[in-house]
Amino acid sequence: MPDTIAVDVTRYRPDRDDRPTTQRYEIPLRKEWTVLDGLNYVKDRVDGTLSYRWSCRMGICGSCGMTIDGDPKLACETFLTDHRPGPVRVEPLHNFPVIRDLVVELTDFMAKLPRAKPWLVTDSDKPPPDAEYRQTPAEMDEYKQYSMCINCMLCYAACPVYGLERDFLGPALIALAQRYNLDSRDHGADERLEVVSAPEGVWDCTFVGECSRACPKGVDPAGAIQRYKVTAAKETLRSLLLPWGRR
Amino acid sequence: MTTRRPVEPVLWLAFSAGGMLSALLVPVLLLLFGLAFPLGLLPAPDHAHLHALVRSPVTRLVLLALTVLALFHAAHRLRYTVRDGLQLKRLERLVDALCYGGAVAGSALAAYLLATIS
Repeated sequence: MPDTIAVDVTRYRPDRDDRPTTQRYEIPLRKEWTVLDGLNYVKDRVDGTLSYRWSCRMGICGSCGMTIDGDPKLACETFLTDHRPGPVRVEPLHNFPVIRDLVVELTDFMAKLPRAKPWLVTDSDKPPPDAEYRQTPAEMDEYKQYSMCINCMLCYAACPVYGLERDFLGPALIALAQRYNLDSRDHGADERLEVVSAPEGVWDCTFVGECSRACPKGVDPAGAIQRYKVTAAKETLRSLLLPWGRR
Repeated sequence: MTTRRPVEPVLWLAFSAGGMLSALLVPVLLLLFGLAFPLGLLPAPDHAHLHALVRSPVTRLVLLALTVLALFHAAHRLRYTVRDGLQLKRLERLVDALCYGGAVAGSALAAYLLATIS
């Protein structure tokens, strides 16, 4: 096994670059090293000006999403040895404006996030219970998969529709809305309906399915969106057939 | 709210139903009438038998539903493939009109053919 591998990193420093450029670094190739370890090696030993986000190194924080050899990946979960003989292409996540090097701008998602009310909406008519809310394992299984989302934005980078329609709420956000809709303790489904069943909600999705393929946590946003389309379509039919009823 | 563009959910329902129905019925019909009967793998029903079958209102209704929904399924798919795949968002209205217009025309033709079987 050769003991080094080349990494082609996209550089963009707005204070001096007009456009992104690619810079090659030769780094040691070790069996247990991920792309993030390689970038940390560059930052510590070779070029301290390289910028990228990272924190936990173990696929929990969702900070180190980047495009590795063309696919949206967490750098901490992508091993250099799987990309032999190299060079490994490391670019910022697609579909987002770049702030610097591999750091992307997430304001669009952060602004959309509260619109889906990703928290437990309680029934305000009822007094809060004296004890904790109880839930059976079956009730938890309903939403547990969707609660694994770490907001790493890989699904947004993978989604071709998000690249074309900036208003689209996007995969993670709709999966998050479903995570709360399917929770037996939540009463907010009606409040989320207006946002999620809007044209820029589920109806922008054309079921490409790349979001579910990209997800590093096994969440199935594409499935969540298709399930929600059924709910939203039923509501539409009800409002068309029974216009005098509830909405 | 959903009433702002209520046509999209309805088109999606037709798309879903068309996909489901086509996936279930079209392979069976193709296998029977495209392979098994012409190749003699199964004894082919005679013309009088099939004619009587197609004259039944139930068969006509099933064939009409299959054709119409399959056409709307195809129209929906083609619309997104052309609009997003070929990046023709500026021609969105034209693409919609051609895709769904084609499905409507095909449906009308199917209805006419099925209604005029004597």
